[in-house]
Amino acid sequence: MKINVNGKSHTINVSANPTLLEVLREQLELTGTKYGCGEAACGACRVMMDGTAVPACITPAVSAQGKDITTIEGLEKNGKLHPVQEAFLEEDVFQCAYCASGMIVSAVALLERNASPSREEIIEAMNGNICRCCTYPQIMAAIEKAKTSKA
Amino acid sequence: MKSSLSTGRHDEPVTHWDDYPLRDSMWQIKINYKHMKKQQDENHIFPEQYELFEKKIAGSPITRRSFFKRMGAGIASYLVVSDILAGPIAKSFTREAAEDTIGAWIHVNGEGRITCYTGKVEVGQNIRTSLAQVVAEELFVKVEDIQFIMGDTLLTPYDRGTFGSLTTPQMAPKLRKAAASVRELLKATAAKEWNTSSTSLQLEQGIVFHPSNGKRLSYAQLANGKKLAQRVNEDVQVVPVEDWKIAGTSVPKVNGKFYITGSHKYVSDLKLPDMQYGKVLRPPYLGAKLTSLDTSDAEKVQGVRVVKDGDFVGVTAPDSTTAKMALAMINAEWERKKQPSRKQLFSHLKENANKQPDKKPNVEEAFANGAKKVTSAFHVDYIAHTPLEPRAGLAEWKNGELNVWTGTQRPFGVQEELEKEFGLAKDKIRVRMPDTGSGYGGKHTGEAGIEAAKLAKAIGKPVKVNWTREEEFMWAYCRPAGLIEVRGALDANGKLAAWEMFNYNSGGAGIESPYDVPAKHQQFISSDTPLRQGSYRALASTANVFAIESVMNDLASEQGKDPMEFRMEHLSDERLRRVLKDTASKFGWEKEKRSDRGFGLACGFVKGGYVATCAEVYVDPETKEVKVLKLVTGFECGAILNPRHLKSQVLGCVLQGLGGALFEAVDFDNGQILNAAFSSYRVPRFKDIPETEVLLINRPDLPPAGAGEAPIIGVAPAIRNAIQDVTGERINKLPLVPSGKIRA
Repeated sequence: MKINVNGKSHTINVSANPTLLEVLREQLELTGTKYGCGEAACGACRVMMDGTAVPACITPAVSAQGKDITTIEGLEKNGKLHPVQEAFLEEDVFQCAYCASGMIVSAVALLERNASPSREEIIEAMNGNICRCCTYPQIMAAIEKAKTSKA
Repeated sequence: MKSSLSTGRHDEPVTHWDDYPLRDSMWQIKINYKHMKKQQDENHIFPEQYELFEKKIAGSPITRRSFFKRMGAGIASYLVVSDILAGPIAKSFTREAAEDTIGAWIHVNGEGRITCYTGKVEVGQNIRTSLAQVVAEELFVKVEDIQFIMGDTLLTPYDRGTFGSLTTPQMAPKLRKAAASVRELLKATAAKEWNTSSTSLQLEQGIVFHPSNGKRLSYAQLANGKKLAQRVNEDVQVVPVEDWKIAGTSVPKVNGKFYITGSHKYVSDLKLPDMQYGKVLRPPYLGAKLTSLDTSDAEKVQGVRVVKDGDFVGVTAPDSTTAKMALAMINAEWERKKQPSRKQLFSHLKENANKQPDKKPNVEEAFANGAKKVTSAFHVDYIAHTPLEPRAGLAEWKNGELNVWTGTQRPFGVQEELEKEFGLAKDKIRVRMPDTGSGYGGKHTGEAGIEAAKLAKAIGKPVKVNWTREEEFMWAYCRPAGLIEVRGALDANGKLAAWEMFNYNSGGAGIESPYDVPAKHQQFISSDTPLRQGSYRALASTANVFAIESVMNDLASEQGKDPMEFRMEHLSDERLRRVLKDTASKFGWEKEKRSDRGFGLACGFVKGGYVATCAEVYVDPETKEVKVLKLVTGFECGAILNPRHLKSQVLGCVLQGLGGALFEAVDFDNGQILNAAFSSYRVPRFKDIPETEVLLINRPDLPPAGAGEAPIIGVAPAIRNAIQDVTGERINKLPLVPSGKIRA
């Protein structure tokens, strides 16, 4: 089966009906997308599918056919960080950073949909992403910064 | 030889460790397992529960003599283990270890590359950054010029583990002196070259220069071809705190870009050529025995290997989808063992106590004579660490030697576990720890690494085992549950007269009340734990401070006294007084509040960190729903090394603590964990986060202490006391409001 990831077409093996997460991490070696819970409850595995942040851990790879998938690795363009990545870097958000990819992908999807979300809208959109180090206030600050720099 | 690891496209140092020309025969470590076992039995403590007591520790493999064989030429300064450890720990260590056993070192090679070696590990505390700041300051170079090699049993000196908030107080000041010693060695080398005195020389950005004659030599030129290693000079002059330019500033996380681009390789991301994915068969209940096994269906799947070794059954496959499927195709039956459930937890802990509490006649008498009394029992549930990266291990066997990569706070401890498991000498086992997806005290062990090694040995190929979230909930260990009984009495003048406190099972740290009281007695009593338990961020002090600060609140309330004033009347510790006073003032303790809102406060100190927390809560008068509106935390841990990262640790502690305070609890019934998923075990999320403020008190005159634990201890009692303030309810259990509401 063919799959479009980060603007490139890849041929993948779906005979064992893998999840999108398994395909990304094992067949395409895009390990930036993380496993956190396997039940779409933590956000660590979020990728963008046609612009929407979806949990790759419960998404069958076959359902990604014909869709555009963007992972954390696909946000940097021509050696230039995405403005959301830039904001997270400037705010020096993370501790262990295992949640980082899912957080950033969720934030990018949010800002593409709504360039100037309110605080409540940010919380609503991000509530599915867990940071066990609880750097939530710093993540909020980074998203606020990205929002302003885009505006 | 380059590492065979799939390293990704970035140039992260962690992937190049194989480049070092190493291997020598200095690896002689003797551990007295029998002695360790005996001590554990005597103290009824699980091996990973460091807070409860210090056990015997092993010696280091690296000696002065093997130094340059490992490192290549250069200029170096090293610390021996007794430089780093203090008190009884050092004594027990040095009994077993050679005099010249090295505990950490800094090396400048012929290219001027500065490398620091420490067995400490990075799990998100950002010590890779703060330690580099300390070293960069003393060596007059940039943070980027310093490379840290951490947590590799082959390359780094022995370290007992990264826990107990010890890195900053023990390692940072010593590395600072080690760096200053290297600097002095560099200056002395230049002085010799120029036939001048080293005191006249100055340094800037990796260069030693003579201010009057213009002569310059780079660190590379100075170190090239030298074999100069000196033990750290304890009297070396370090850069005074007031002159700090790098230390004490908010240097951003080292390698930060790798994390926000997804290119950092956690253990769960690593891949070796021909690597197989491993899964282990688990019983549905804790402690269950395998009674029958049929693996025939699984064995028929192409590429799958089934490994059986007694009760250990696992599968491997070329991809994790197939491994998962093959595991599900195994038919196994288990014999369930009857065991205590959560319903009986607290009576079980009391009935199975390993000794009876001691009664002190003076406390009994003072209590009997008390004018006002409070007697309370506190229940503290088990909670889970749930690090976002579940346990992961990758193992390969090569020519009878074992390489393991695993996310652990104790790489040398895992090496010992592997030694025991496979009867293999330590010089044949190398454990590496890439910067890992958090720990919070939950990763002191090496399960996934051992499982990967077992599977890899059986199939003759490298194997990676990534635990699922459910496995992490079921088979890792919990923060101990505890029953705490407290009695406090006031005399006729409203002064504390008697204090008695017994903690069953959750640990002794923080049990000592910081308040002045003429007759007091505190005791930790171990018990039989139904669930596997171990370390956790401030595990015992969270429970003990919760009990102490709740009873202090209630004693104040019994006499209608302001809880702040009541504490100050009984507090002599100046550091704690200051942090409490400043925090209350930042919070606005005296301000007016609405009738449906309550204020609560709590304070305490543990592991060199002094903390006070003020909470504002709202309780809906109709539904009794509780909402934490605001948390203000004041924290003082001596001199601040990195303000931004310190604030991040404090906030992280406070917000993680919100989970254990309000709603986290591991639910279990006769060996079954009932909420082994994020959908049923609630952890703090964006919506739970109240308004927060952090007040950092900098004390440049005091040595820095760690900050990963202490700030958590005030959260639960401050919220509990705020609920009491508005409703009068005394909730003496953690979590306080698992349903979100005060039970009617």
